[in-house]
Formats: sequence, structure tokens, C-alpha cells
Amino acid sequence: MSGSSNIVAMKKVVQQLRFEANINRVKVSQAAAELQQFCIQNAVHDPLLTGVSSSTNPFRTQKVCSFL
Amino acid sequence: MCDQTFLAITFGPCDKCSENKPLMNIYLKNEPINYCSLCVEMMACQGLAKGETVQSLKAESESLKAKLEEERAKLHDVELHQVAEKMEALGQFVMKTRRTLKGHGNKVLCMDWCRDKRRIVSSSQDGKVIVWDAYTTNKEHAVTMPCTWVMACAYAPSGCAVACGGLDNKCSVYPLSLDKNENLASKKKSVAMHTNYLSSCSFTKSDMQILTSSGDGTCALWDVESGQLLQSFHGHSADVLSLDLAPSETGSTFVSGGCDKKANVWDMRSGQNVQSFETHDSDINSVKYYPSGDAFASGSDDATCRLYDLRADREVAIYSKDSIIFGASSVDFSLSGRLLFAGYNDYNINVWDVLKGTRVAILFGHENRVSTVRVSPDGTAFCSGSWDNTLRIWA
Repeated sequence: MSGSSNIVAMKKVVQQLRFEANINRVKVSQAAAELQQFCIQNAVHDPLLTGVSSSTNPFRTQKVCSFL
Repeated sequence: MCDQTFLAITFGPCDKCSENKPLMNIYLKNEPINYCSLCVEMMACQGLAKGETVQSLKAESESLKAKLEEERAKLHDVELHQVAEKMEALGQFVMKTRRTLKGHGNKVLCMDWCRDKRRIVSSSQDGKVIVWDAYTTNKEHAVTMPCTWVMACAYAPSGCAVACGGLDNKCSVYPLSLDKNENLASKKKSVAMHTNYLSSCSFTKSDMQILTSSGDGTCALWDVESGQLLQSFHGHSADVLSLDLAPSETGSTFVSGGCDKKANVWDMRSGQNVQSFETHDSDINSVKYYPSGDAFASGSDDATCRLYDLRADREVAIYSKDSIIFGASSVDFSLSGRLLFAGYNDYNINVWDVLKGTRVAILFGHENRVSTVRVSPDGTAFCSGSWDNTLRIWA
């Protein structure tokens, strides 16, 4: 019983590994350069990175009314 | 988070010989098969006609793994932080709690932002799911689930529904309405049915489909309207703890991470596991796609966060310090992908420079372990949920 289960499970593992071994890959240098390029291009649109002016920040500290 | 799942013997008609016998529940290319032990043996022997044995399959498995490692190492010509060496370093980084959401009676386990950038849904160990207005900290809706430990919740893309689930093994969808007197529980629709706890859920591009991950070791795609299973994803050998959908522009894949220390990338249509990464030393608690869709980050109980590139098919960065010894429970990227926010079991949130691999800030404030961090859709803030029963919004 456990013997044939092992065979079926092992066949599945081998098939998965065959699939993964045949993936097309690129060099890490190219992949890293593209990740960096994405960062540079989108940095201006990232409020957490560049900061957001207090007038437009919806989570700005609520001001205390000076007349109270 | 591992618990024991016992193998249950089922009895019934065999799919092959139709006799009533004890059945072995197995999967062939993601198809569930109920064969009796004799038919399984005969099927396995057919495979052995080519001279395959457990030994030969094991040997081939080992050689394929070695080949994989060799291929990955061959293309490892540079480190990410070396590529980023000439980039300008990040300046002074100031971030603090802007809002504190109080009201849960026990550990906050999960939260999600609405697409309107304002509302938040959170779930808790006390079985409550609350929808908040993050600007005013008001509670807009509250649902009490029939089961405690609600470990997953998600906002629908339209903002008109929330999904949640946990120890009840189900994913329930609640439509939200503007009528404050309406009883949400009466409108509940049970969508997903796993055989172990629900660990994560996420609507796909519409309100019509939902993706779930579970402690039963599988992920599954469900139709919300009919409750039908559309696709299942088998490949993890232990609990799946987290999943994340790829950004819309990069097609229909998602990544999952779990207690087998593996992060798997799946094709949603075919159910194929297209990539696997196994460099963590402990459970992977959280996975998150890089905003471009070409990479993903993982947070693990081994106290590290790692970045995996999908085209290079390998780990390209690791975010750790000797002084950080507690597990990372949740990770998320800022909009540009330059910052990685990670919540840890030591109550802190560390902010990492993704390209340089350095920590740029450490955020104090929570009084118990941080269970979840999520950046708002417009990127102006991020929210953290904690076992101290509160959620904090940082900006």
C-alpha cells in the first residue's frame, strides 16, 4: 500500500522537477537592473518614499482648533 | 501554525473497477482520483514498465535538483545590492502612527484595504470582522463569525463585499450595504470549503472569483456566485500560510508560501506549479509580489525576508540582521517597490531598502506581535494589525 503511494508521489515530484529544470532564465544582472529601473521610474509616484505634503495627506495629524 | 492532519480512510466505489472497497485518495495532474489499493498498485506497475522503481525515481529526483541548482548558480553573476551600489541612498526616513483603530476584543489576525483607499476590513481571534473608516476611525460594519480565529479577510474590488474565514475551514462572503440596520450575517454566502483552516483569501480581478489558501496544503479558486470549485492547486507538502496575486498587467499567476518552507508560483488557469523556491530555513508566513510582477518577497519564521526574481528563477536578496531574531509575519512593498515593510514577532516593523538590502527604519508602537502589514492602494500610508488588539495606520 505505502509502496505504490510512494511511487505515485515520487513520479509527481520528478515530473515537477523536470518542468522546473526546463524554465527559461535570465542573468541576475539583467533581472536586478530591471528591478532597479522599475524603482527609479516609479519613485516619484511613491508617497511613502518621497513623502507627501501635509495638505494632501489624508492621514495628517488632525489640527487642534486654536479658537477653542 | 502546523497541526496534525490525519489520513481518513474512505469506503466506496472505486473510480476504475467500480467495486466497493477502501479507497486511496490521490491526485493525478490535479485531478482527484478515488482508486482502490489494487488499482493504484496496477497503475503504479504500469509506470514501472519503463524500469522505474522508487530508487530510480529518487535518483532522478536528486539529479534534477542538482541540475536546477547548477542552472541557477550559472546565471548568478552579480548581487542585487551591487547593481544598486551607485544609486542614491535613501534620505532621512520619518514615519509615525497617524491613526489607531481600537475595538477588537482580541488579537487582530488580518486586514485589507478597500480600493477606495479609505476603508479597512480587519478580522480577529474573537471572531469579529470589522469594517473601519480609516480617516475617522469609525466602525462602519461589524460581523460576528460563528467561529473564532478569523485568520483571513479581504475586500472585494468593488468595495461592496468582504470575504473572511479561518478555523471554520470556510470562506464566507458578506455583501456590504449602506443600510445601517441591515443584518449582514443573514446575507452571508459560504463560498470555499477546505478540509483545514483557511489561512488567506483574495478576490481576483472581480467580485466573482476568490482565491484561498488553507492548512490542508492546497490553494483553490472558487466561483463566488455558485460556490463551485474552479481550480485547485496541489504541491505544498504542509500548511499554506499566505498567497498573493500577481499585479494585473503580468497575467494570471499567484504565489503561495507555507510551512514546507517553499514558495510556489502557480498558473491560475492550468493549476500548474510553474516555479518553486526553497531557500528559507523555516515557515514562510507571508508572500508579496513586487509591484512590477517580476519578483516577490517572502517573510519567514527564520527572521529573514527574501526577494526572489521570477525571470532569474532564484533568490536575489535577503533582508536580515544578526540583531533580528524573531520571525517576520507579514511583508508588503511600497508603490515603487523601493521599500519593503515587514512586521515581526518582536512587536516592531522594519522598513528595508529593497535594492541596497539595508534597513532604513524601525517602527515602534505595537505592544504585541505584528500579524499583518498592508500598504494602502494609493500608497500614502500602510496599516499594521497586531496581537495587541489594535490596528495602526502609519504615514
